[in-house]
Amino acid sequence: MIAPTDQPGKPVVPAPGPAPVPAPVRRSQTASTWWFLLPAMLLFVFVVLVPSARGVYYAFTDWDGLDPDLSFVGLDNFTDLTRDEDAVQAIWHTLLIALAITVIQNLIGLLLALGVNSAIKSRNLLRVFLFAPAVITQIVTAYLWRNLLGPDGAVNSLLGGVGLDSWQQNWLGDPDTALWSVVGVTVWQYSGYSMVIFLAGLQSVPAEIHEAAAIDGAGPVRRFWSVTRPLLTPALTINLMLSSIGGLKLFDQVYALTGGGPGHATDTLSTLIYKDAFTLGEFGYSIALAVVLTLVVAVVSTGQYFMLARTEKAAS
Amino acid sequence: MNRYRPRTLVLELVMAAAALVVAFPVYILVNLAVRSPSDTSSPIRPTTSPTLDNFSQAWKQGALGGALANSLLVTSVSVVVVLAVSSLAAYPLARITARWSRATYLLIMLGLVLPFQLASLPLYHTMRDLQLLGSPWALILFHCGLQVPFTVFLYTGFLRAMPRDFEDAARIDGCTPLQGFRHVVLPMLKPITVTALVLNTVAVWNDFFTPLLYLSGSAQQTMPVAIAGFVGQYVTDWNLIFAALVISIVPVLAIYLALQRSIINGFAGGLRG
Repeated sequence: MIAPTDQPGKPVVPAPGPAPVPAPVRRSQTASTWWFLLPAMLLFVFVVLVPSARGVYYAFTDWDGLDPDLSFVGLDNFTDLTRDEDAVQAIWHTLLIALAITVIQNLIGLLLALGVNSAIKSRNLLRVFLFAPAVITQIVTAYLWRNLLGPDGAVNSLLGGVGLDSWQQNWLGDPDTALWSVVGVTVWQYSGYSMVIFLAGLQSVPAEIHEAAAIDGAGPVRRFWSVTRPLLTPALTINLMLSSIGGLKLFDQVYALTGGGPGHATDTLSTLIYKDAFTLGEFGYSIALAVVLTLVVAVVSTGQYFMLARTEKAAS
Repeated sequence: MNRYRPRTLVLELVMAAAALVVAFPVYILVNLAVRSPSDTSSPIRPTTSPTLDNFSQAWKQGALGGALANSLLVTSVSVVVVLAVSSLAAYPLARITARWSRATYLLIMLGLVLPFQLASLPLYHTMRDLQLLGSPWALILFHCGLQVPFTVFLYTGFLRAMPRDFEDAARIDGCTPLQGFRHVVLPMLKPITVTALVLNTVAVWNDFFTPLLYLSGSAQQTMPVAIAGFVGQYVTDWNLIFAALVISIVPVLAIYLALQRSIINGFAGGLRG
């Protein structure tokens, strides 16, 4: 059970916001801890910040990964990209996969959370069990499903066993179903993750409010919409962010399930970045694709952030 | 609202069905991992004479022992370093309200949005120039930096929701800031540390893209890369592959089951903070 008492000290002031002006003495003493930041900053700057900045710069050059003499080529890599049908397709696949994962995974996650937040006897066991796939290595899940979704795999056997022979197909070999298989496998793995975050949100809804609404004659659907939903916004914000960013960056599942195929039917920005750099040696082009991915992630996440911040404000 | 009604029983059954959807692939995984290759019956039929041969064969032929040792090294060192530097960094970020502190926090949060694909290609060449390619230390360095933003995010949120009275008391009693952090703040960070420990362990252990890049062509492999190589080598020998998959997920699953209570509670804490 999640008991609020597990927290050492609940916040007296709810929002972190700009704290009330601290006493001058205290502030000068805390200020002397600035150097606590150094080790983390050093790692962050060396591993994330500087290489990312270099990446953005390289996207405008003919960088081949070897020759230190670069020449500036302006927007050439990006204009090549708009003419490259595979790249344009990959952008659409990336957006479609991310959107589908975000919608389906959160819907299932929310329903599961409502289920395990009820009076059912198995709720504690289910919570642990349904979250478990999220800790399994993505590549392992993907190889497992590659077998399950194969022509002689367990999914087709199961469909045959219940008389749905006409539904049997080569899930990963058919361009029409391959992309949805990637989505399905990811949703299978991460719905429990969304569930746990929604559950934490649900448990922050005080039971008294529910009881009061029930006494006032509100049915379960009405209670969910008017009482639970507004208070669920913080959990929803985190869930939408995590699943959409995760969906946009998806690599392992595609690599192991389909390798981007059949043909280029499931290639995403991430798989193209890998292929262009490490099988074709087109580093400059590959890093331009990475810049596009960065832009997509930035637009989607800031857009969501402001939209959700508005809903959160409206709800409170 | 917590009474058990007939409707609750219906819900219980619906949820059991959801659990079956999760359980089915896992059942097939184990069912085929203990099946001898000569048994070609349907994958959903329970294996009649289970054998453990696949496991020993996968272990030997996939050199999984070495991969396991590498994964353990990379994961444990990276996670310890990340937890240490991030909890330390979160302290001034949560407690100092000056403008530079907020700006630094936002800069680190930028790391949550930047896709690792962008940094990993230039960094690949830096690692090559430092002659660290093929060494687990390149991976450790990479994960230490990559996991900082998320871990700082967890710790800072938790610290901001925590009263500062104890730290102030420690300071009045004559503790230096570092002593105060070590003996007063750190023990109170335990719930979020458990969450951060598990989430980082899972992220580093399961990472595939980075070791695929930085360790490619070397004898040093981590578990996920060894598994991918194994699948490439034994393409259709699924009984053997499934045994290898089972071996690879046992360590993370064990950590999860041992700490599951704190993990699920930790999520709630992170959300509240």
